[in-house]
Amino acid sequence: MKFSENWLREWVNPPVDINTLSDQLTFLGLEVDEVLPANPGFTKVVIARIDKIRPHPDAKKLRICEVDCGTSDLVQIVCGAANARLGLITALAQVGGVLPNGMEIKEAKLRGEASFGMLCSAAELGLSDSNDGIMELPESAPVGELLSSFLELNDNVIDIELTPDRGDCLSIRGIARDLCAKNDVSMLLHEITNVTPAHDEQWLVQVNPSSSCVRYCSRIIRNVNLTDSSPTWLAERLRRAGVRSINPAVDVTNYVMLELGQPMHAFDLDKLQGSIQVREAGEGESLELLDGRTVKLSGDTTVIADDSGAIGIAGIMGGNTTAVDENTTNIVFESALFLPERTIGKPRQYGCHTESSHRFERGVDPGLQKEAIEYATGLLMNLSGGKPGSVTDWQDKSALPIGKPVLLRRSRLHRIIGVAPDPANVETIMKRLGIACVRKDDDWMVTPPSYRYDLRIEEDFIEEVARVNGFDSLPRTSPVHSPVFQEVKETFVSALAIKQQLVNRGYQEVVTYSFVDAEQQDTLRPDLTALPLANPISSDLAVMRTTLVGGLIDTQRRNQSRQLGSLRIFETGLRFLQAGDAVPDSVLDASFHDDLQIGDNLIQQSMLAGLAVGLREPEAWNTASEEVDFFDVKADLEALIRNAGGADISFGECTLDTLHPGQRASVLCNGISVGYIGRLNPGLQNAVDINAAPVVFEVALKALQSAKLPAAKGVSKYPHVRRDLALLVDEKLTWSQLQSCIVDAAPAIVQSVLPFDVYAGDKVEKGKKSVAIGLILQDFSRTLEEQEVEAAVASIMDAVTQQFGAELRG
Amino acid sequence: MALDLDQLLNDAKGMIADAHSPDALEATRVELLGKKGRLTDALKAVGQLPKEEKPAAGQAVNKIKQQVQGLLDERKLVLDQHALAEKLAADALDVSLPGRAGYQGGLHPVSLTIERICALFGSLGFSTVHGPEIEDDHHNFEALNIPAHHPARAMHDTFYFDASRLLRTHTSSVQIRHMSANQPPLRILAPGRVYRCDSDQTHSPMFHQVEGLLVDRDVGLTDLMGHLEGFLQRFFDQDDCEIRFRPSYFPFTEPSAEVDIRINKGPWLEVLGSGVVHPEVFKSVGIDNEAFTGYAFGLGVERLAMLRYGVTDLRQFFENDMRFLAQFH
Repeated sequence: MKFSENWLREWVNPPVDINTLSDQLTFLGLEVDEVLPANPGFTKVVIARIDKIRPHPDAKKLRICEVDCGTSDLVQIVCGAANARLGLITALAQVGGVLPNGMEIKEAKLRGEASFGMLCSAAELGLSDSNDGIMELPESAPVGELLSSFLELNDNVIDIELTPDRGDCLSIRGIARDLCAKNDVSMLLHEITNVTPAHDEQWLVQVNPSSSCVRYCSRIIRNVNLTDSSPTWLAERLRRAGVRSINPAVDVTNYVMLELGQPMHAFDLDKLQGSIQVREAGEGESLELLDGRTVKLSGDTTVIADDSGAIGIAGIMGGNTTAVDENTTNIVFESALFLPERTIGKPRQYGCHTESSHRFERGVDPGLQKEAIEYATGLLMNLSGGKPGSVTDWQDKSALPIGKPVLLRRSRLHRIIGVAPDPANVETIMKRLGIACVRKDDDWMVTPPSYRYDLRIEEDFIEEVARVNGFDSLPRTSPVHSPVFQEVKETFVSALAIKQQLVNRGYQEVVTYSFVDAEQQDTLRPDLTALPLANPISSDLAVMRTTLVGGLIDTQRRNQSRQLGSLRIFETGLRFLQAGDAVPDSVLDASFHDDLQIGDNLIQQSMLAGLAVGLREPEAWNTASEEVDFFDVKADLEALIRNAGGADISFGECTLDTLHPGQRASVLCNGISVGYIGRLNPGLQNAVDINAAPVVFEVALKALQSAKLPAAKGVSKYPHVRRDLALLVDEKLTWSQLQSCIVDAAPAIVQSVLPFDVYAGDKVEKGKKSVAIGLILQDFSRTLEEQEVEAAVASIMDAVTQQFGAELRG
Repeated sequence: MALDLDQLLNDAKGMIADAHSPDALEATRVELLGKKGRLTDALKAVGQLPKEEKPAAGQAVNKIKQQVQGLLDERKLVLDQHALAEKLAADALDVSLPGRAGYQGGLHPVSLTIERICALFGSLGFSTVHGPEIEDDHHNFEALNIPAHHPARAMHDTFYFDASRLLRTHTSSVQIRHMSANQPPLRILAPGRVYRCDSDQTHSPMFHQVEGLLVDRDVGLTDLMGHLEGFLQRFFDQDDCEIRFRPSYFPFTEPSAEVDIRINKGPWLEVLGSGVVHPEVFKSVGIDNEAFTGYAFGLGVERLAMLRYGVTDLRQFFENDMRFLAQFH
């Protein structure tokens, strides 16, 4: 809501300057967005009359004017405006003056003719958007006076941003009421008198009870003259409120709306066909709006209609066919109340957010309709004459939103605000806000006035007390607290600890959008169906992610385009899966996701995903320029797994085609697949637009979150023995196969089995590989005998020979 | 004989001094003290002497032998020290070269900020809880006293999936979930992602909030102001940090307050919304409105991070340019 400071001060004029006034509004909850001077920024602009005018000898479009600007001599101005004419009173920017766009006015020669200033349009002076010739000021405008004093531009435009509950402050009077309470002053008197009807003609109005209308006032005014435009004071007030001046009838309705808060409409009576009907639109009924568009109406829309059909959307916008123009002589004023719950959403539906709809969506004072129509009638008659009829006032009393009495307890006031209230202060605030307040023992019965339909419950009135006194006047306190111990679970690994460990291993955390490009998602997880948004912001952010890897790949792409090719990154967050899909195993087991289910067919699972690409170590004088590989990243994942000692995590076969078929593994937790690790399939590199296939992993976060409580055992005091074996085995044999065979065959004295070299190449038989294994043997209570060691090695050799045909390599 | 021994000592001194390596010194030792060494020979010669001369001669030879042994030990020490010095000289490094390089990881500034907020409120006994990001109308709107067609819904540009499911527009939905499942007293924080259908330089379709909720026997507006002012002062940890509270409107709190902050006399910036929990909210989760009162707030994580770290463009948080993120290590 934008308005003139001077206009507001006509209603309430506390002895404070604009800065204090602005702070008062903000701290009342009517947040001031900005305060701008009403003068758009021009200086030395005076009112001048064109006393002589002749064509320019050398330029067809220019004319030479001699203007009277209050000085003894006429001033010569060269002007190109088509409306420059003899006797016109207009605005002259004098030499030395400045226009709002920063232009300085200087003496000039235009095609050889001297010009001592510039005749200005309203647009050039920042007073209007439309640029149709130089300003045309009324005959009464005093020549020689500064335009800024004539227009009373020694004023500010205050722009406030209102919360949706304060529809009552979408008016000068509403704002003034709050300021009266704040400053404990009375509102300046504005008597709105009823206009005596000149005739008793009424237009027939029929309101259908199923419509959004609960009150409808109307009045006929005949014989108005709208040929002259509105006076400057009116047009200026409207301009400062951001409303364009159109004709006196329309301007008056807007003026009343801005001042009192009642949106009004004026119909051209002679264009109405039959009675005015307020009813629900027929499904598909169409209407040509004032802005020239034709809309198809839905059945839940309340319209104003006549016998020809809809002539306006109730409370939102009027129609073109019955619009008032300068030739209109007979009008019907409408001042009605349409319920917010039936109006909300409609402006959006029809793409017409208007001053009127803005108010009806928030609510309008149900006691205002008749007062507004009387006020508007009086104003219009002053401007344009006319003979008013009597007012029709239809209302559905039971449906009017009238506030009910509420008990305001002193104890509750104390408790909700935190300080003991001063009863006299409470009563003064209630009185200034127009709230009826009756003492009842320690408490009060309070009843809101019709314009404060936002006050419904006790807490609403409590807020009024705090608000008017000012939040900043309140002390800062801390509530009484009896702290209790919070859990510190040793067997739980927090998400932060997991993230911190990856950070310590050189990974940078990233945060990417939860909605992603459907096509890329489908490339990465063709086995999962992503949940699409009904109203995505753009097509590349249209579906919810089923994998966090997509965001990491996007991050790789963006960084690689900035020549940052070596990355180690991770992200944690939810992925979104639909049940009934071929969902990953981890989703079926509730222990691997938090209970974040909405309905039965959606799973929101916390995931951890990582990506590494580029150099293993940053380039330096002492590092080899080697690319990061599967085992680098596996080591990082294994580090997290070691911390998650509470679960049995292992690696197994993986069939995800998104990954390199020879460099991928699934991550198993207690035998259930909870994720994967692998190199991105290089075949997908182009599809996802990256220049190197990264190693990625993605694991259900919960699988990494259970730690084992340490159960300490003694350590052996006796020396350990190491035996190394170089085994020649089939090159397809995996380490995990070999390891489990050795572990099964080894007696208890074998403490660990370490693969310390794997070789396949010229020095071994084709199809074979050599695996060098270090065995550490030790007993807790004594030194091992040589023959025990030999026996242990022999039993291991027997097992691997029997099971895999392994041979000792010579 | 005496002359012989003097000569022998002189020779030995010369030979030891001429030994310039541990090997040469060892050869010298053998030549002097070995089985066939000259001093061994001299001792043998003593055996040939008449009985009465033996003790004195033996003593003289042993004395020389001890002297020679002493000289050898001394020389060995010198040579060892020399060898060590040479080895150390050979091992010298250009210590001005940088240490072995590794990747430097870090948390995202949004995470850093959330952790800091949680740590500060954690010190007052607030624990951290989480909720779903795809929400239903009940938890995101209805239970928060925002019925369908409420004008406040226009303030939330909501992403929908269908008639019943949407992306949460605020973390306030977690209050509802937590209060539905737990009885007061409650002190919780709910950090997380929230979504609004809006995108430009100052709006991202996804951003982060931290919701705070305190429910107890007697919690009022002044408590809310005390806690939030204390929090903001410690969060910004700056001498010139002003905080102001302004009345505002949220359907789920009454009274409601917006909190603005101004650092070093710059412009006032809105950092969070807050208020005393609305009775309708307690009603929707089954908490007795007369027995308990509470406050709630929702703060914008990116906004706080921007103010704290001097970030000027919101979008940088989600571009994940490593050069931007590395500034938070």
